[in-house]
Amino acid sequence: MAILINEKTRIIVQGFTGKIGTFHAQEMIGYGSNVVGGVTPGKGGQTHLGLPVFNTVKEAVDQVGAEASIVFVPPAFAADSIMEAADAGIKYCVSITDGIPTQDMMTVKNFLRRFPKNNRMLLTGPNCAGTISPGRAMLGIMPGHIYIRGNVGIVGRSGTLGYEAADQMRLLDIGISTSVGIGGDPIPGSSHRDILERLEEDPETKVALMIGEIGGPQEVEAGRFAKENMTKPLIAYIAGLTAPQGRRMGHAGAIISSAGESAAEKVAILKELGVTICPTPSMMGQTVAEVLAKMQ
Amino acid sequence: MNIHEYQAKEILAEYGVKIAEGGLAYSVVEATQRAREIDGDVWVVKAQIHSGARGKAGGIKICRTHAEVEKAAEELLGKNLVTNQTGPAGKTCSRLYIEAGTSIAKEMYLSFMIDRTSERVIMVGSAQGGMEIEKLAETNPEAIIKIYIEPAVGLQDFQARKMAFALNIDTAQLNHAIKTIKGCYRTLRDLDANILEINPLVLTTNNEIIALDAKMAFDENALFRRHKIAELRDNSQVDSREVAAAEVGLSYVGLDGDIGCMINGAGLAMATMDMIKLAGGEPANFLDVGGGASAERTEKAFRLVLADANVKAMLVNIFAGINRCDWIAEGVVHAVKNIDMKVPLVVRLSGTNVEEGRRIIADSGLPIITADTLADAAEKVVRARNEVVAKEG
Repeated sequence: MAILINEKTRIIVQGFTGKIGTFHAQEMIGYGSNVVGGVTPGKGGQTHLGLPVFNTVKEAVDQVGAEASIVFVPPAFAADSIMEAADAGIKYCVSITDGIPTQDMMTVKNFLRRFPKNNRMLLTGPNCAGTISPGRAMLGIMPGHIYIRGNVGIVGRSGTLGYEAADQMRLLDIGISTSVGIGGDPIPGSSHRDILERLEEDPETKVALMIGEIGGPQEVEAGRFAKENMTKPLIAYIAGLTAPQGRRMGHAGAIISSAGESAAEKVAILKELGVTICPTPSMMGQTVAEVLAKMQ
Repeated sequence: MNIHEYQAKEILAEYGVKIAEGGLAYSVVEATQRAREIDGDVWVVKAQIHSGARGKAGGIKICRTHAEVEKAAEELLGKNLVTNQTGPAGKTCSRLYIEAGTSIAKEMYLSFMIDRTSERVIMVGSAQGGMEIEKLAETNPEAIIKIYIEPAVGLQDFQARKMAFALNIDTAQLNHAIKTIKGCYRTLRDLDANILEINPLVLTTNNEIIALDAKMAFDENALFRRHKIAELRDNSQVDSREVAAAEVGLSYVGLDGDIGCMINGAGLAMATMDMIKLAGGEPANFLDVGGGASAERTEKAFRLVLADANVKAMLVNIFAGINRCDWIAEGVVHAVKNIDMKVPLVVRLSGTNVEEGRRIIADSGLPIITADTLADAAEKVVRARNEVVAKEG
């Protein structure tokens, strides 16, 4: 099973012929992802990496049955590309692009809400490393070799901190069902909670690890969801104990601007909600191992 | 990106929001000249720094003569003001805004911001203005009204009316209030602001509604299409280390500790800083060197971290994904050779081509301390820092 993507998922790359799109398309194909083509407006009809290039996402959906897309389009045009994917009938879209204006994302989310829920494209990112179902498919820019297949679902805002978690788990021989990066922006396509809902339904996932950080209401919302709706254990690490109030820590969304948004406050609330907390970022693997051991 | 009060007011005036007559001064002479240009018998000399709560810090002076304006200007220009929003270092005032005194009948609060929970613009108002909204939210939350605005249709008249009535605006001033409220909303939407706060919005004894103070912050990611806003940046109000970092395209936040950090990825950077703290140290900075850390970029990052005189030890933590550890290692070796490093350096590499990266560091013959795990790296850098401090006695 796994969630969102598997070896059969038909993937297109938006911003296919650019340098970054080309590099990561090759990496994804090398990993075994079923990349069926790409979109670069104005270059339709050409062949790139042995695959067809389309002018529009709709053509890719109609002609090669595209189901999922990954967006490498520059920030000024990325929101438009995401909405084009949703309109064309793409089921799942990952936006890697970092630097999309917040109001553009407000427009994107508003556009997506116009579709009935069962027919609405799922978006993860922007400003994320993508999604990987180890051993099956990679729709992202992560180093695939550090992820081994298994039963832990991961959702996280940060790319490299997600790699750190996967690597700690690999060293303990713990595998991953699917790892989803939701990105570091203030208005994300999907929240921790959205992904936890899917991990809860996935028969292959036994436990979930949430890697959060300072800023915004997401982690607490996810904790509430877990308490009320999840049968599977949730483990969390929240980065940014040392982050000062009101300063943006790299990610556009990583800023403590109101009560409840600091790492310490989030940890306290999550603990109260029964979430298992990783006390330090070097103990993500070990904490998952302990929870798995208790389940046996 | 933050801007000054006078800049925010100029923008608001263009959107039909009424402001008091005022002018900008960079010197004492200019300040008195501005006061002479403004009719009336009361002037307010306002320090222009990127912070609220300036009044309590002595940054706002009410003057009744031109001589008092002169004295206030002399006192404020060049002064370092510490407010509850600037941090202990404070911010230096190099511009003054001289404004006509306003006879206040009533103070109100009005703000607009992008709300992360509803993913909409939220309009917040209160008939009780003048105090910090956070404090009001604690002491009297019922006095705050919130109205959510649908992105597709924007702020509607009925919503502006609802806010005006909640602010206890008289029917006679209703249309003016609606114009003010809608002008503020348009400013936020048209210019990609994240926050627009008018505190206080006042009703004068002449029954005018004016923005007596104004705070605006803009989305950095949208500045590429807001050239006029981007020009309002005042680097004198930003930590000089952060200005230098922005010039070379690095994401840096200066902190008060003494362990310098260079890390790739914002989340890993925050986590590494947490580990340093848990190991008993204090980070000097947040620095995300990004994905494509070339040798040149690595050297720039090193120079930036080491330019902070407080730094007593440095930690490099890289998880190479798209990147490769051998490239990073070469960059680090190159940087250490080029820079006369006076503090101990701990390097932790992980991910793609890690063995090759470690070999390059080991073969360099440089006094670089290597670490395998995040915990190991944090412990080693704190130990190295403590040894430096012990030697300094």
